[in-house]
Amino acid sequence: MSEAGTARCVIRIVDGVPQVVEDRWTLVEDGPSWDGSTYRLLPLRTALERSQDLGAVAPVGLWLAPNDEPGEAIGLFDSIALIGVRFPKFTDGRGYSTAALLRSRYGWRGELRALDDVLQDQLFFMRRVGFDSFALRPDRDPQQSLKAFTTFSDSYQGSIIPDLPRFRRAGV
Amino acid sequence: MYQYTPFDQRMLDERVEEFRDQIARWQRSELTDDELRPLRLRNGLYIQRHAPMLRIAIPYGLLSARQMRMLAHIARTWDRGYGHFTTRQNIQLNWPRVEDAPDILEALASVQMHAIQTSGNSVRNITTDPLAGVAADEQVDPRPYCELLRQWSSFHPEFSYLPRKFKIALNGAQGVDRAATAMHDIGLYLRRDEAGQVVVDVLAGGGMGRTPVVGTVIRKDLPWRHMLSYCEAILRVYNRYGRRDNIWKARIKILLRALGAEAFAREVDEEFAYLESGPATATDAELTRIAEGFAPPPYEVLAREAAPLTEALATQPGFARWHQRNVLVHRVAGYAAVTLSLKRSSVAPGDLSAELMDAVAALADRYSFGELRVTHEQNLVLADVAQHDLPQLWTQLRQLGLASPNIGLLTDIVCCPGGDFCSLANAKSLPIAQSIQDRFDDVDYVHDLGDLTLNISGCINSCGHHHVGNIGILGVDKQGAEFYQITLGGDVGPDPARTHVGNVIGPSFSAEQVPGVIGSILDTYVANRSDGERFIHTLTPLGIAPFKSAAYADGGAGTGAAEALEHV
Repeated sequence: MSEAGTARCVIRIVDGVPQVVEDRWTLVEDGPSWDGSTYRLLPLRTALERSQDLGAVAPVGLWLAPNDEPGEAIGLFDSIALIGVRFPKFTDGRGYSTAALLRSRYGWRGELRALDDVLQDQLFFMRRVGFDSFALRPDRDPQQSLKAFTTFSDSYQGSIIPDLPRFRRAGV
Repeated sequence: MYQYTPFDQRMLDERVEEFRDQIARWQRSELTDDELRPLRLRNGLYIQRHAPMLRIAIPYGLLSARQMRMLAHIARTWDRGYGHFTTRQNIQLNWPRVEDAPDILEALASVQMHAIQTSGNSVRNITTDPLAGVAADEQVDPRPYCELLRQWSSFHPEFSYLPRKFKIALNGAQGVDRAATAMHDIGLYLRRDEAGQVVVDVLAGGGMGRTPVVGTVIRKDLPWRHMLSYCEAILRVYNRYGRRDNIWKARIKILLRALGAEAFAREVDEEFAYLESGPATATDAELTRIAEGFAPPPYEVLAREAAPLTEALATQPGFARWHQRNVLVHRVAGYAAVTLSLKRSSVAPGDLSAELMDAVAALADRYSFGELRVTHEQNLVLADVAQHDLPQLWTQLRQLGLASPNIGLLTDIVCCPGGDFCSLANAKSLPIAQSIQDRFDDVDYVHDLGDLTLNISGCINSCGHHHVGNIGILGVDKQGAEFYQITLGGDVGPDPARTHVGNVIGPSFSAEQVPGVIGSILDTYVANRSDGERFIHTLTPLGIAPFKSAAYADGGAGTGAAEALEHV
């Protein structure tokens, strides 16, 4: 993500429609401590350590690495506005399970954002496992990537969107 | 067979359009080679030694005559007029152009075929028994369950970027396994419980490759409705915890070993507890809908013994020999399943020309209700032939060169394309197959040897399944030169306990030595066997020591056929 303070564009699903919107969130890497400012995504570890401070600042969020256990964030849900899931490489598919678990088992209803190596050809699946915002890799044009969300008009299996497999849906 | 609904067709058409756009963006340099790679692999497209290779899915090995004609058309139009059937019941084209791939996929889609997930780190083509629905030893027809899984795994959003490839096989036969189920990432054994309900024993963690492992049954008696949810639990555990730092340690078998089978099964069961009876639970209505596509063809009521068959068996020794090896018992009286041998001299195992594809499609229309099967051993099957047609069919197959009476014998060699085509290979495999075919061209000798599997892989990826060949041959690279490692004792049994990975006998051999070494091994078998004893049954109690001594005596220049015949 970009330097703190500069706006950049992300794709966000607004009322079911993917749109390119300006965005203020920035990511705090492991190591440097959080200065208490808003629109920061903290490492899960930092967020857990500073949990008592989180509630006093809004909005603030956290990010999950591919090997973070999403269940550990449950206690913070009431004090955060956004969860980011990092994709160090687009071929690393762990973040899809992280998202699906956050949306189903752990009941995260706030914004869920795919971060880092996020490219057009993975957006359709990311949306299906419950991501509703997407910070594309900075060298890619979010506007051009919007068509990815209509790659398929339907799906066989259930996931988060839709939750039911084709054979359980009405009208089938 | 299962016919696509408008829904299925739309999903397929949309996939073709997606891939066409991806290729176009790659051509405009909007996608890098590295970014395209996983996208093209999940559409079956490899970049190979001479040209790209396109691996086309044949779901659970089932092909209609119309689909076979389309494969012939594609091979003629966009390739060099032939295709190669693989050990995973797929077909590969060795010479397509990348730019043509979208058009090829569109042509395939017009006959309900595709190359979806035939490669890449996703759930691959589902494989099963080529005799599904016709085998006398079958308890549950696996095909509807295969199709349920095919649909569930197609474009799965959560499991499309797994640590490594993922292969699922199903077996519904009793006392036999024609799909090497235990050697898969997930193996599903379908059977009926005492109440007549279909239940599944679920195996995980099998696989070939650098670390061959026979899988472990981690769940028994799973009601079939939970099959998809249980697979989902396994895949979620694998997707989250499978290694991604080392391609050679990324398969689920390594995770299962690292955790231990019991701990792995506990992880899966914990996950399954959340998913059990959830939305992925299959319904009777859906299974019934799919199963209608696999309803038996309109069989005639035929006598158990057909007069033309009895006569041909009595009067034509060539026919009798072919019947003995290539014709299989059918569950319906008066019918038979016929294997068309794609293992004949001077043709690579599993290869078929476009002309022969058309000819075989015509035979399927005439003799077998317009359907064909592809076997795990790279042959074709006409599964529903009336026994009274067998003599005529044999005559036609002989004219086509597809009647080699060698199914299950030494010359029914299973072989990957190897270094002649595949850029992964360390060594050529096809010339080795050829040299063995040439050396052991005495039909009487080969028949006398009896049931024996010989598998050749050009590299440790093990596409030729050498680990489970009674005799396995693996191409290896030694300082830039091609050598061949021999394993003995591999075997696919009816269950995991009776499935074995072969043992390496020692240092590898040069290509020239291989036929002689095989000859020495066979001599040792013939000298030690009891009457009618199979190669593997002689070898197992003896161990590999005497075979090894023979193989390394005289620098591996055993005499093979000539000497062995004296023992007959």
